Parts: sequence; C-alpha cells; structure tokens
Amino acid sequence: MNDLDAALITFTQEAQELLDEMESSLLVLEDTPDDAEVINCVFRAMHTIKGSSGLFGFNHIVSFTHQAETVLDQVRDGSRQIDAQLISVLLDCRDHTARLLAYSLEYPEQPLEEELQRNGELLSECLTSAQSSAVKGQEKSDNIELESAPEGKSRADLSGNWLITLLFKKDAFRMGVDPLSFIRYLKTLGEIRALLLFDKAVPQGDEFDPESCYLHYKIAFSSEADKQQIEDVFEFAADDCEIKILAPSAKSVEYLALLEDLPEDETARLGEMLVKVGVLTVNDVARALHTQEHSQEESKPIGEILVEQNVIQSKIVEQAVKKQQQVKQKVSSESNYIRVDSTKLGHLINLVGELVISGAAMDLMIEKSGLDEAEEVSATMSSLVSNIRDTALELRMVPIGETFSRFRRVVRDVSKELGKNIDLEITGGETELDKTVVEKINDPLTHLIRNSLDHGIESPEQRLAAGKSEQGSIHLNAFHDSGHIVIQIVDDGAGLNKDKILEKAVAKGIVSEDANLSDQEIYNLIFAAGLSTKKQANDLSGRGVGMDVVRRNIEGLRGSVNIDSIEQQGTKITIQLPLTLAIIDGFMVGADGERYIIPLSMVEECVEMNEKEWQLDAVQNYVNLRGSAMPYLKLSEYFNPGKQFNKRARQSLVVVRVGKERAGFVVDELHGEQQTVIKPLGQIFENIEGLSGATVLGDGNVALILNVKSLINKVTVV
Amino acid sequence: MAIEITNTNDLETLININDEMTIYTVLEHKNCLLTHLQAGQTLNIDLSAVSEIDSAGIQLLIFLKKTADKLGSDFNLLHHSQSVFEVIELFNLTDFFADPIVLPAEWK
Repeated sequence: MNDLDAALITFTQEAQELLDEMESSLLVLEDTPDDAEVINCVFRAMHTIKGSSGLFGFNHIVSFTHQAETVLDQVRDGSRQIDAQLISVLLDCRDHTARLLAYSLEYPEQPLEEELQRNGELLSECLTSAQSSAVKGQEKSDNIELESAPEGKSRADLSGNWLITLLFKKDAFRMGVDPLSFIRYLKTLGEIRALLLFDKAVPQGDEFDPESCYLHYKIAFSSEADKQQIEDVFEFAADDCEIKILAPSAKSVEYLALLEDLPEDETARLGEMLVKVGVLTVNDVARALHTQEHSQEESKPIGEILVEQNVIQSKIVEQAVKKQQQVKQKVSSESNYIRVDSTKLGHLINLVGELVISGAAMDLMIEKSGLDEAEEVSATMSSLVSNIRDTALELRMVPIGETFSRFRRVVRDVSKELGKNIDLEITGGETELDKTVVEKINDPLTHLIRNSLDHGIESPEQRLAAGKSEQGSIHLNAFHDSGHIVIQIVDDGAGLNKDKILEKAVAKGIVSEDANLSDQEIYNLIFAAGLSTKKQANDLSGRGVGMDVVRRNIEGLRGSVNIDSIEQQGTKITIQLPLTLAIIDGFMVGADGERYIIPLSMVEECVEMNEKEWQLDAVQNYVNLRGSAMPYLKLSEYFNPGKQFNKRARQSLVVVRVGKERAGFVVDELHGEQQTVIKPLGQIFENIEGLSGATVLGDGNVALILNVKSLINKVTVV
Repeated sequence: MAIEITNTNDLETLININDEMTIYTVLEHKNCLLTHLQAGQTLNIDLSAVSEIDSAGIQLLIFLKKTADKLGSDFNLLHHSQSVFEVIELFNLTDFFADPIVLPAEWK
C-alpha cells in the first residue's frame, strides 16, 4: 500500500464520519434551528470534505459540496434562515455527497453517471432557490452596516487612541479623589489627544452640592502603554469611579492577531483570553462578571456585557469567541482520541487472552511445586492480568448511542414515506458494548425498527380512531444487566395480533394446530422463517424473510431476542447480548472427565445432588428443585450419547438462567470461577449445537464453552 | 476674608478670590458667590489670586457658569491665574467659559 492509498482510506473514513455527523447535526437542527455550534458542524463537514476531495482530485465532489458550503456559510453568518425545507435539501445533499464519494472511489477520473449528474443538478437548483431568499437577508445586513457607519466616522479621527471613560461617583471629592490629579498623572504616560468634560450631570440650583462630584470625563489618549498600565493610573480612584478603558480600534488588529496566536489551553474562558492579550484588565472582567451575576434578566453572555460596558470593541469579542469555539471544536473532535486500526486492538486482545492462559498455567505450576514465596507474586500478577484484560476489553467498548442515533434518520424518512407521525425517543445511549457486537447488531436493529415503523405504528387516522395521540412513538433503550446488554425497542402501536400469527403459523406448518402455546411463544413465532402477517409486502418489510434472519444474527452473537405485546397498546422487543465476544468470566464444571465452561453470568446456583433425594423425572425430563419443576440435562449423557455410565454417588446440579428460562445441568464436578478466553471452534465443530467455543486451560487442556441458550431450548422443546 | 466683593455699579459685581479653590473651600465659595448671581446682572470674577484649583473648584465654576446662563446674567472670569488656566486648558473648558484669557509672558 503506498502513501496515497493509505491517505485515501483515511479520507474515506473521515468523510464517512463527517457525513454521519452532518446527518445527526441536521436532525438536531430540526429541533433547534438556531444552534450556532451545530450549524458550524454541518458547515465543517461540507467544508472539510470539499477540501480533502480536492486533494484527491474528486472534482465532482468539490463542485457539489462547494454549493452546499456556500449556502451553509450564509446560514452561519446569519444572512440566511435555516428551515425545515432547507434541512431536507441538505439531508439530500448529504446523501448525494455520500453517493458521489462511493462513485468517485469506484470509478476515479470518470465522468459522472447520468443519474448522479441529474440528481446533483436538481439539488443545486434546490440550493440556489434557497439562496434567493438569502439575497433578501443580505440586503438587510447591508442596511445595518450603513446605520452603524456614521458612528464609526465620528470616532475615526480618534481611532489610534485609547478611549478612557471616567465616571466619578458623587463621593469622589470627599474621599480625597481628585480627577485632576489622575489626569495629570495620565499625562506622564502619553499624550491626551482630546478631553471631554461632561457637565450635564451637574445639577442646578439648590441641588448642587459643591462637595459632590458630578463630573464625567472622556479622554482620547495616545500612548504606548498597555491597558493594565493605564488602568493602574486610576488604581486609587477605582472605588470612587467607574473606569472604562477602550483599546484603540487601530490596535484591534494587534489584538486579533494576539488572539489568533493564543495557545489553545488558555482559551477556556472568554474573559481570561481577553485579559491575556491585554485588551481587558482583570477588573474589567470582574465587573462584567458581577453584572452578569446580578442581572435580573436572563443572563447575557459575558462578551455582550463587556461590549455594553464599553470596555471592548465588539469585533474583538467576536474574534475571541470565534477562537474559543474553534478550540472547543478541535478539542471535542480530537479530545485525546487516537485512531487505531481495530485489527490491532483485536490482536492485543488475543495476546491478553494468551496472557490470561499462561497466567493460569503459572498459577497451577506454583501450586504444584508449593512455592510459597512465588505464590504472592503470582497473585499480584494475576490481579494485574485481569486488570489488563478488563482495560483491553474496554478499549473496544463503544457507546451504543451512535448506533441508536442513526435510526433518527431512518425513523424520519420512513415516517415521511408512510405518512405517519412518529417520534423516536432514545435512552441509555451511553451504554457501552464491544465494537464488534455494535457492528453486527446494526442490521438486526434496523430491521426491527423498520418493522415497528411499518407494522407497529398505525397511521394517524387509525391512531386517532383508536383514541391515541396522533403521534406514534418508538422508544429505543439500552442498559446493562448481569454481564449482558439489553436493548429494547418499544412502540405504542397496534401490537401483535395473536390469532393472526397463530393462524398463519398453522397454515405455514410451523406449528401444529393443536399445539398449546403461551402468548409469549405465539409472539415469538414471528421470528420463525417464512411468516409475515402483513398482507402486502413493501420495500420496507413484510416479505417474511427478515425476522428469522434477525434472530439468527442475534443468536450468532450469543444473544437472544424476545417479543412481548399487548394488543392495541404496543410491542416490546427485548434483545439480550453479551458485552463482549472475546473473554468472559466462566464457571468451570466437569462431567465424565471432560471440562465445560458455563458463562458465570448465567449461573444462578449450584446444588449438590443426591439421586435418592432429588426427584428426577427421566420420562418428562424435569427435576424438582424445592418444589418447582425445571428441565434438566445430564451433560455427560448429552455429549456422549449411547455411552453407559456408572451411577455415581455425588452429582451436582448447576441451575442456569437465560432471561426468564431456567434449567439445570447435571455435572460431576464443580471447579469454580475461571477467566475464559473464547476461542472459536474449528470449522468442523462450528455447527455443533450446544457449544459456542472452546478455551485453553492453564494445564493445557481444552474446555468446551456451553451455549446455554441453545441447550435450554434443547431440553425445553424435548 | 478670602473673597473680596466690590460693587462697581448696580449691574456689575467684581469678586476677587484670594484663596485656593479646592474641595476645602468650595462650599464656602459657593454660598458666597451664588448670592451675587442675579438675573440681568454681571458677575466678574477675578481669579488672579487663586493659588490652587482642583476639580471641585472647576466644578463650582462650571456650576456658576451654567446657572448664570440660565438666569440670563453675565458671568465672566478675569485674570486667570496660572493654575486656573492650566486646569481649564487641561479640561478643555476654554470654549465653555468663553472668557478671553491673557497669557502673561512669565508663565512657564
């Protein structure tokens, strides 16, 4: 792979991420169209893609994204309002960009397909028609410019000077403060170009108290001194005078440059930034903060207050805010992340797995040789190893929120297409699970959500007729539960029709007519292959091939899926998945000399079993445990069919639970907890039911990892 | 008495201030000077003997000038001492008082 190829891969990944980000930002904008940060984010996506596409010579992308960028820039500077229509267009632009990207990667340096070309032109038209209203906005902003111009002119001749405003308090004279002395002192620092003495405040007649101070000054002052030095002049007057020092507008350029150069770790607070470059003094900021705190109205941004208090030009504040945002964005996008190839992580986790195994082997050796001193060391090491294991696994943990938020678009588009009004609520997005699981869960989830959208939620008319609110809702939720992640999709739609499902299932020969099924079992029939109750299939769902694939995929991840429904009130789909696919805490048992691992999180209890005391019903295959019946499975017999076993005096029952189902495994020995690195079985053994993998033990032996869920199904069905 | 009042005629009063015009004296000065400020009359104030003036003093002069303008009387400052001149100049009030100022050659 040469450098360019590598760069291209990075570009593709980055572009994809940016497009995803853009999509979610646009969807956020639908709710909060004024959020500048989000608008920036969308703009940045287009801007960056344009820039990097140019680098690779993807001219189609450049010319298209340029148009989108132009419009977004107008939105950003406020000359164009963003509305639902524009958001729709931009979403389409995002999709088009993604298609262009895919096309450009596949057929570089070829002219565009006709369809893409047309689509692009159409979107450009949409964007430009959007621009026409932008022109209006442009005129408006021109007017503002004109209005503000005269003010600028009157000050023009003083532009090179500091503008100092002194508002003395009435008690100033009595406190021994004489403005005169300060102004005289000020003269030592530079030249007073102009001084205005405002006498408007001097009252007439008897109100005049000659010992009170009514004088206000405005001074244009030319000096090389910095702001702090100038403020120091008035240090002693600070208590009796409001001092505002506005930096020369000519100096603005200098400050702007300083702001630009400010190290990024010093941009945490606007005030601090401005003090740092010298445009403000600490006192200015303190005063503004004070105002902000005591303001009765809604609190204004500190920058606005500073401008109002006339201690700083708005241009400088804008620049500072901009800088601050830039850094924020940078920090939020970089924020200490390193992009690592996931195969490297996989490799690391494999190595850690090996480490766990050799650690266990070492423990065993030490125990055998009876080395007391080494035991302590090995104990420390195994705790370190288990820490490393957890940390390594955590590296691959990603919050599921990102996957969830992708469905916003799905819900939005599908509900528009179907003419339904559906709200997607997401909770538990911060719940983390293994990245490999996340990748594999996406498709099944999409399918389930589309099903809910299509079959679950009724049309607005139907909903109103059924006495529900017009807007349907889908709730996506995730949480951790005993070593598993649970994902729930809850809709408040029509629910499942038991009779219809049963009828269909019988018609398709999936269940026999006289089968006595619980509600739960009937609902779960929709995961059987070839069953769809929707009379008419459409492109979303309803061909009856989806749900069984969903179940297969989820079970492939050692997970399970369950469905529950109340007719007319909604449906709840619950998916249970293991947190990780690599290493688990296992519970080791022995049966007929063979060792088996049961995932610890599924073990409910272990009971010592004496055949005389325990009632095993071999015909109906259940065991009576403290009065409750549950199916059981003798592991030795299950994995060694046909072999004769001597009756043993002692056996144990390990009670396992998956979801609500319980079963007992009859075993010979209990070995206890064991860190288990899951190794896939070779191709030959891959399809053996009841096993999900194998692991290498410390002594070099192999233990089989049980697939509890499928074993339970096995015994339950029998 | 630091303030010397000379009635030159019915319509004109000349006051010599032989004192500093500072926060320590402004109250006294004000009470005295204000009584001589009457509609249709002219008040001339000779500042040649004002050894020192501060912001409070200037403020008093500003007040008197404004009051005089309102009453329609004539208020003139004469013979500014150097310190008065400096402050008036510094505070950019020459136009406000609009008095002719004679700059003696010996001023620094």
